[in-house]
Amino acid sequence: MVDHTVKAFDEDITRLRGLIAEMGGLAELAIQEALEALISGDDELGQQVVARDKKLDMLESEVDAMAVRLLALRAPMAGDLREIIAALKIAGVVERIGDYAKNIAKRVGRIEGRSRFEPLTLLPAMGEVAAEMVHDVLTAYAARDPVLAREVIERDAKVDAFYDSLFRNLVSHMVENPATISSAAQLLFVARNLERIGDHATNVAEMVHFAAVGSYPTDIER
Amino acid sequence: MVTNPISNAEPKMRARDVSVYYGTKKAIDAVSIDIPTEYVTAFIGPSGCGKSTFLRTLNRMNDTIASARVEGRIELDGEDIYESGMDVVQLRARVGMVFQKPNPFPKSIYENVAYGPRIHGFAEGKADLDAVVERSLRRAGLWEEVKDRLEDSGTALSGGQQQRLCIARAIAVEPEVILMDEPCSALDPIATAKIEELIDELRGRYAIVIVTHSMQQAARVSQRTAFFHLGHMVEYGETSQIFTTPRETRTQDYITGRYG
Amino acid sequence: MSNPVPRSVELTRTPGFERRLRQRYAAERRFRLAGLGAILFSVAVLLFLLVTMTINGIGGFQRATLKVPVAFSQVSLALPQGLDSEGAAIRALESQGLPEVIDDFARETLGEEAADELSPDAWRVAAEQIIDDPTLLDRDAQLILPASENLSAALAGDGQAALQPLARRLAAEGVLAERLDLGFLSRSDATDSQLAGIWGALKGSILTMLVTLALAFPIGVLSALYLEEYAPRNRWTDLIEVSINNLAAVPSIIFGLLGLAVFLTLFPSLRSAPLIGGMTLALMTMPVIVISGRNAIKAVPPSIRDGALAIGASPVQVVFHHVLPLALPGILTGTIIGMARALGETAPLLMIGMRAFVATPPDSLTDPATVLPVQIFLWSDEVDRGFVERTSAAIIVLLAFLLVMNGLAIYLRNRFEKTW
Repeated sequence: MVDHTVKAFDEDITRLRGLIAEMGGLAELAIQEALEALISGDDELGQQVVARDKKLDMLESEVDAMAVRLLALRAPMAGDLREIIAALKIAGVVERIGDYAKNIAKRVGRIEGRSRFEPLTLLPAMGEVAAEMVHDVLTAYAARDPVLAREVIERDAKVDAFYDSLFRNLVSHMVENPATISSAAQLLFVARNLERIGDHATNVAEMVHFAAVGSYPTDIER
Repeated sequence: MVTNPISNAEPKMRARDVSVYYGTKKAIDAVSIDIPTEYVTAFIGPSGCGKSTFLRTLNRMNDTIASARVEGRIELDGEDIYESGMDVVQLRARVGMVFQKPNPFPKSIYENVAYGPRIHGFAEGKADLDAVVERSLRRAGLWEEVKDRLEDSGTALSGGQQQRLCIARAIAVEPEVILMDEPCSALDPIATAKIEELIDELRGRYAIVIVTHSMQQAARVSQRTAFFHLGHMVEYGETSQIFTTPRETRTQDYITGRYG
Repeated sequence: MSNPVPRSVELTRTPGFERRLRQRYAAERRFRLAGLGAILFSVAVLLFLLVTMTINGIGGFQRATLKVPVAFSQVSLALPQGLDSEGAAIRALESQGLPEVIDDFARETLGEEAADELSPDAWRVAAEQIIDDPTLLDRDAQLILPASENLSAALAGDGQAALQPLARRLAAEGVLAERLDLGFLSRSDATDSQLAGIWGALKGSILTMLVTLALAFPIGVLSALYLEEYAPRNRWTDLIEVSINNLAAVPSIIFGLLGLAVFLTLFPSLRSAPLIGGMTLALMTMPVIVISGRNAIKAVPPSIRDGALAIGASPVQVVFHHVLPLALPGILTGTIIGMARALGETAPLLMIGMRAFVATPPDSLTDPATVLPVQIFLWSDEVDRGFVERTSAAIIVLLAFLLVMNGLAIYLRNRFEKTW
């Protein structure tokens, strides 16, 4: 896209994108580390993830302030307007994603007898898909790429499928091993959190699509 | 040629393949547009894009420029306004105009408004004329401010009041269309807001076409926006669509400040 | 930054900058002084002219007069009733022997020598006084009557040496004195400087100016309007514009020749008439009006025209409702300046015969007449000392007339000038 006549406007938008990218990176890392801590039972790593979520909250409020300032001072139009509005909403969503990762990390200490949990093998795979969605949707945002955004939206079905299979798996596990119900329920929450992360990545993808072309991808089944 | 995306009721004015030449220079190239009755239509575009030139062809103000030549067809209620049968004086009574710089006549406020009805013989007798003047000033939102000093000179008013006086002068002859050529470019933001509010109030009664340099103004007052560039009409559509999701890259670049 | 660009705060502290700054202020002071000098020089020249004219001209508004006691009660003079004109009354008094009565009383009271130096037309002045106040005939009156040119010169200290003792004696007795002579403004030209007045020339000037105005103003304004508002811009209008500008610069004598060749050939009987003079001066004034009119019309902002056109005014309505009223102050100013120039013109009027000796003021546009500048020119040719003063007095009248016209121009401009 051609540069703005007012250079400072371009600089502001670039900075806003940088903040969003930074938030995305942090959220992605949080998902990966939370899962890693969960699988390995590394409580310390889990604490780190929880602690790092504060940084994400700070970044979100920074994006909010910046977006409001841009709206007030630059009176953006068309593509610029859509992009800033999208950034405003994306920041909120990414912050929620971070919250889910934090939520997963908090459960690290509450799971006992990891080795006996067969479903634990499914969770990393599901987490990987969700983290990848977050990663790709932010790449799509950076590149204003509606095609990649659509692809991310389509990938949400995969996360949902993982969730369904995990759900069934955990329920049967609970039936077979009533002693581990507490831990299994914790894992169910983790799976639920990952599923929500996938949904939120989908929301972000829709906003990326809107920012890029001005409309929501209504034709995709969700 | 840009196809016209909007088709509601019968348009008030219709331009088809209108080209305007100044000598051999083509200022407007094959513009086709429908001007609806109940809406405010805004023409935006960079300086020299031809939007003012096109506006002035709509009431044949370009006739005053010897070298200007108009091709194509412009209709007012289906009648070709450039046809020999169309009387230009009558046309301008039907298609009024407000200019960039407020240009009240250096006469009294009353005379400014009464001038049009008087030369056209629209008012019979002093009482009738008084009523027309009051109605026009009221519609222009100026009556309360000037009712006690109708005999003061129109040029003694503030810029914003002068411009509203010019609008009152234009609507005193009960036009069907009002053309406004950057009516707020010489005014401060408060006066501008008053004019914009006035335009919004006048909408519905008149078909209003406004040329403006301020995209925010176009966005605020108009329902239809046409973007002109280098003598072409690049895009014409709902104002909300033009300012959020323009179809053309040139429109997008212009309204987001990336032009040139 | 490794190599900072010097800021203006450093650049303005160099000695070179301060030197240039001083030079700049010095240049400004020099220019102001030169301008002031030019103004002072103009004012000095103007003052010199006015002071000289006033000193010389004061005498023109006075004349040497003798106080002659006349006992009308001892003679039988009567002012006949029912005479329609002053001339007839004067003739009636003359036929009753007024000149002899005046002469007799003068000889009796002032002596032979002094009575000889009464102006030959003194009785006429007496007759006018009687007509103004018929009761004079019933009593003994002290008439103030003009002295002869020679005695007048002697009173001023030159002229014939033989008359000077008489002048001194009469002046000492209070009989002979320079007295204010407002009649100068109401009399016409005469061969005797003591009896000459400016009214004939002034009236001739006024009539001529009226003709000039009546012809040049409408034609000039219409031409200017047409050229500015209607004429297409092409080679022909360019040619007309150049011709008009040329016409404005043509020496006035040429217009005189034109008037002589055209108007006097067409109307040979109107030689010396204000009508022909006015027509000739109108030719000269018209280009000035056209040029100033075009400038005034050009100065009317196009936005006013647009505004009127846009509410459906026809071009002629735009011109007469808006352009002309707004341009009028400018047009009037230009017209008056043109008229003032015409008022001062001598040469073209000499060519069409307005230099004749005309002793009666013109009553109509076709009567022979003269005008102020020509009268001044004619009087300045006279050798008589009395006429020298009359010339200056006439110049003062001309200047006053011009002052009134120019004042009117400024008044009109301020009165009708509109802001937009």
